[in-house]
Amino acid sequence: MSKSSRNVMGFDGGIHPSTDGKSLSSGSAVRQAPLLDRYTVVISESVGKPPKPVVKAGDEVKKYQLIAAADGFVSANLHSPTSGKVVGIVDVPGAMGTPVPAIQIESDGKDEPCEPMPALEWRTAPVSDLLKRISDAGIVGMGGAAFPTHVKLSPPPEKEVDTLILNGAECEPYLTADHRLMLEQPGKVLEGAAIAARILGVKNIFLGVEINKLDAIEALNKHAAEFGVTVVGLKVQYPQGSEKQLIMAITGREVPTGGLPMDAHCVVQNVGTAAAVADAVIRGIPLVERITTVTGEVVKNPGNWMLKLGTPVIKAIEFAGGVTEEPGKLIMGGPMMGFAQRSFDVTICKNSSGVLLLPVSESVAYGSTSCIRCGRCVQGCPMNLLPCLLGNVIESERFDLAAQNHVMDCLECGSCAYVCPAHRPLVQHMRRAKAEIRKRKK
Amino acid sequence: MNTIILAIILMAGTGLVLGVVIGIFAKLFRVESDPRVDLVTELLPGANCGGCGTAGCSDFAKAVVSGQLPPSKCPVSSSEQVSAIARALGIEAGESFKQKAVVLCGGDREQTMRLASYNGVADCVSASLVAGGPKGCSYGCLGMGSCARKCPFGAIEMINGLAVIHRELCVGCGTCVAVCPRNVIKLVPADAEVHVYCNSPLKAPAKRQVCKVACIGCRKCQKAAPDKFIIEGFKATVNYANTPLPTQEDVQAAGCPTGALLSAEEHLRIEKHDPEWSAEK
Repeated sequence: MSKSSRNVMGFDGGIHPSTDGKSLSSGSAVRQAPLLDRYTVVISESVGKPPKPVVKAGDEVKKYQLIAAADGFVSANLHSPTSGKVVGIVDVPGAMGTPVPAIQIESDGKDEPCEPMPALEWRTAPVSDLLKRISDAGIVGMGGAAFPTHVKLSPPPEKEVDTLILNGAECEPYLTADHRLMLEQPGKVLEGAAIAARILGVKNIFLGVEINKLDAIEALNKHAAEFGVTVVGLKVQYPQGSEKQLIMAITGREVPTGGLPMDAHCVVQNVGTAAAVADAVIRGIPLVERITTVTGEVVKNPGNWMLKLGTPVIKAIEFAGGVTEEPGKLIMGGPMMGFAQRSFDVTICKNSSGVLLLPVSESVAYGSTSCIRCGRCVQGCPMNLLPCLLGNVIESERFDLAAQNHVMDCLECGSCAYVCPAHRPLVQHMRRAKAEIRKRKK
Repeated sequence: MNTIILAIILMAGTGLVLGVVIGIFAKLFRVESDPRVDLVTELLPGANCGGCGTAGCSDFAKAVVSGQLPPSKCPVSSSEQVSAIARALGIEAGESFKQKAVVLCGGDREQTMRLASYNGVADCVSASLVAGGPKGCSYGCLGMGSCARKCPFGAIEMINGLAVIHRELCVGCGTCVAVCPRNVIKLVPADAEVHVYCNSPLKAPAKRQVCKVACIGCRKCQKAAPDKFIIEGFKATVNYANTPLPTQEDVQAAGCPTGALLSAEEHLRIEKHDPEWSAEK
């Protein structure tokens, strides 16, 4: 029997964060954010070549109008989140810390959409039309990496793909954006899944959800059969939502080292991406807004908001009622893999799944000590690496040894650092080694 | 008594036999080496800094002997040492162009704002991967001393969260230039005394928000000495390609409003909080 015959599926390794913080926002339905005066839409946030701006200062734009056009195949279009006037192209702090160019749009308060793209009948339309629509709508992976979806859905012909996996695991603590999406709009997610499956020409469609979201599983199961989707309950285990772990849990296949999911004959899409695909194909709406969880113990009313691209984080926090005490740390994304920020001027991008404010008491830095070789990190590593060894060789700058020990396979999920009793900054070491090795390869 | 004599004879005998064996093997398995390589290696400084582009001094010596590189490629050797090597090999010394490194940033802890508290790995590369580092300016020295730890000559001192290069110790091997994630260290002609200590290409208001000593691109220095300075975007730099290079007089004539334009000596004194310098001002 294959692994998929088990009731609840998981993978080896991983951790169980003690507080998942999801109850803060999981009960709050997605709310539409009020219109702001100004949106600053980051141009180059997705993986691949940044798109080229096609508007200039002073131009009038409508909602959904193209403002930056894809430059090459691995690049995604960008559309205006609202109607108004282009102020210009400015530099704003990006989620990675470095300043990035962004198109600033002053809203005229009307939020007037332009002529929509014609709706497509997804069951009969040619596959090339569907792909073109996804590319036109500027859809990128909304789970984190922001990889252009039309590229992911057109695997090279030599790679045989037989399975599509929808990622609704949402294993990151605190985040509930995907949970709410699956609960409130299960139909949209399933439509998107069926469209993606039709493009890929696959029959096996799985939708993995961690079993701490039973209500979402129930909602999806009502319609799943219509779309040929199998909803799979997954063990609550971090990082269940990582592509490779998800493939392992659902199909029992292992992605080879240095390989992509398609090497295990799978394509993985986030549920948010699937919903965006459905919007683009069936309703002709490009990707200009997304559900983001604004949460944390110090946020007054944590919840989920439908935020337009380019919404400054400070505004998103205001929508959530502001803070109850001075926050210690601002993180874009979840607490495990998200990026700590140094400025509240960061804006919501296509891959901003969460805005998390941690209290001062939660942002204490412990001094790190020497590795005591307890091996907890080895047990925790979902990629079966030896973080203790890697940490030591990277500390002595032996990047050749780090490469030999497969540091490039590290997901940076943070499981090792989370369990380390010596508080060693292992993920930071891994990231440094990966950066150095990439630099040397060039 | 007999035991002692026996022991002495035994030890001496063993030593003699082994010595002969070693001697025979040394002759049999002798590795031919070019005596000139050893000679050149001897004449080189032996810092193994890699500034010439080879793996170390003996590698460089091989390259020189085989004629791949001229002796002057060694950034550490003085011109006398280079000509000594050239004389020993009977070849041309090649054109020598001495360079020294300079950290083009004056933003120490007091001058430049820190935007966040950083408590991760104390290393510039690691810090720059966390939201671009804690420093307000995204272009200036991060001040965690990655370059100072790598410098084979101990020429870089970390003063008040800023890397400062001691010119008398720097040989211009470029190790620090390769290490720095912010690219704030530049190799400049060795006799350049004056630098614009700012690396940020941003517009003046953005720079001034975070740093008191940023170059605001006011062009005062360029107006005073048009050939000696170039304005790149919103920042002035010394025109290192032009001779004569600016001197202390040019600094005075320019009257830099933020104090980004300084001589290296003055910069070091400011960072060191030299009481003499404070008294003069």
